Amino acid sequence: MTDKELQLKSVHLRKNILKYIYMAKAGHTGGSLSCVDILNVLYNRVLNVDPHEFRKPDRDRYIQSKGHSVEALFVTLADRGFFPEADLETLCQHESHYIGHPTKKVNGIEQNTGALGHGLSIGVGEAIAAKLDGKTHRIYTLLGDGELPEGSNWEAFLSAAHYKLDNLYAILDYNKQQITGNNEEVMSLDSVRDKLESFGWAVKEVDGHNLIALEEALNKGPLVAGKPSFIIAHTVKGKGVSYMEGNIKWHHGVPTAEQYQLAMSELQEAEALI
Amino acid sequence: MKKYIDQGKNDTRSGYGAAMTELGRSNPNVVALCADLVASLKIQPFIDENPDRFFQIGIAEANMMGIAAGLTIGGKIPFASTFANFATGRVYDQIRQSIAYSGKNVKICASHAGITLGEDGATHQILEDIGLMKMLPGMVVINPCDYNQTKAATLAIADYVGPVYLRFGRPKVANFTPVDQKFEIGKALMLNEGSDVTIVATGHLVWEALKAAETLEQQGVSAEVINIHTIKPLDEEAVLKSVKKTGCIVTCEEHNYLGGLGESISGLLASQHPTPQEFVATKDTFGESGTPEQLMEKYGLNNKAIENAVLRVMKRK
Repeated sequence: MTDKELQLKSVHLRKNILKYIYMAKAGHTGGSLSCVDILNVLYNRVLNVDPHEFRKPDRDRYIQSKGHSVEALFVTLADRGFFPEADLETLCQHESHYIGHPTKKVNGIEQNTGALGHGLSIGVGEAIAAKLDGKTHRIYTLLGDGELPEGSNWEAFLSAAHYKLDNLYAILDYNKQQITGNNEEVMSLDSVRDKLESFGWAVKEVDGHNLIALEEALNKGPLVAGKPSFIIAHTVKGKGVSYMEGNIKWHHGVPTAEQYQLAMSELQEAEALI
Repeated sequence: MKKYIDQGKNDTRSGYGAAMTELGRSNPNVVALCADLVASLKIQPFIDENPDRFFQIGIAEANMMGIAAGLTIGGKIPFASTFANFATGRVYDQIRQSIAYSGKNVKICASHAGITLGEDGATHQILEDIGLMKMLPGMVVINPCDYNQTKAATLAIADYVGPVYLRFGRPKVANFTPVDQKFEIGKALMLNEGSDVTIVATGHLVWEALKAAETLEQQGVSAEVINIHTIKPLDEEAVLKSVKKTGCIVTCEEHNYLGGLGESISGLLASQHPTPQEFVATKDTFGESGTPEQLMEKYGLNNKAIENAVLRVMKRK
């Protein structure tokens, strides 16, 4: 896949996020649009995973701790061939597996997540397990900035450094907003880089919508041998749709028919410019 | 009545530690985690023999449960152990989402359960853990009665695939279970057949129930004594069969009457075979400092309390 095709895929995935949220009349729109470029790069450039034999023991692992942005994960997995895209027409419906948070009932999903602050601890366990078994696969977790105040994350940060888990990567979808407002108003994070470095992690900051920069950060092995890697991906909540960008009401908002058409036409324009 | 001999008081947590040593030698998939309570959980021999299969997590129980869930990949069987208070209530959401809902083969092994941890007082004396754990779909809940049974239960849960809560305690208690008795999850043990009353007990209150039954026999009361080491899944057949014979029941546990074994049994009986029941349990209270004996006396958890409950329930037949 060329870089241009990868860029086109990001637009396609954004369209699908909106399409299925609009169809379901439910979903986490803003956060899905902020992390979808990260997922695009992970599933199309980084992760060693096989959609047809997902349970291969040596696969790379991806755990989405910010489970509510599941629509970004669903559309990326469908595009990668883990299940037919048409399955997403049942999104959030009764008896569908494609519910509002990740579940292992969906092919390609490693962990049930949703309650926040859980994913990194599981990632630490999987990274320890890989080292114990002498395996070289990698473990990636996606954290939301809104969930960083959960104390369990900081327990996990300590333990990952203690056990020198350089097979573990945590990616922060740092859009600086959460359901109530800006992170800094809800609970100040101050310098995430300083905090993580002092916890013994190697830290790199990237533009979370620059696919090449993301690939560079995620695919070249640990940032520092013997340390877990923390990638601060600076993102924009609602990225790609002008009226959603940085507007907190789209955290859990569903577009009207008119808004949906406007969003799709904006994405169409963006596609034409690539 | 059948005679049971105390082979010498021992703590149930040492039964756990001894089984972990055996599992370290016999099952390469077993890994152990602990939140800074290695000496209390008696797992130093496991660590000495298997340093690569032990993970010290520090005082960070939420992280320990998540790490245990992650460690299950590749067929590993994590035994995550700490005090019962911190192994349940403190980390309920981690257990609920990352272990129970996710169907992870994690063994949560909890020492210092109940009021008899003694002197440390109410903050550490959890009397709600059975209820918390039994409400989680798919969670097996086991409360063995003595050293030998704790050891056997620890060995047995390694062979069971799925999440388990294993509850044991701090003090030395009577050790009367046969050393070679196989542990069957979910299978109640008939300790003494009787005809006037059913006494079902879990944990070290089984010994108190046996002592009560001996005294009651001298008073002409024939008590059936059943050891319910597995609270979930409950051996419904054993309970129903017994109460159909005796017509009344006393349930005994070191736990709040709300949420415990007695509550599970009353639910069963209400729907299947309504039967007068008395609860030997704590009555919706926190604990306090004291010796185990003082506390069992004050909170009505000893053989005398069981005898009184039997006399009460028989009048209600």
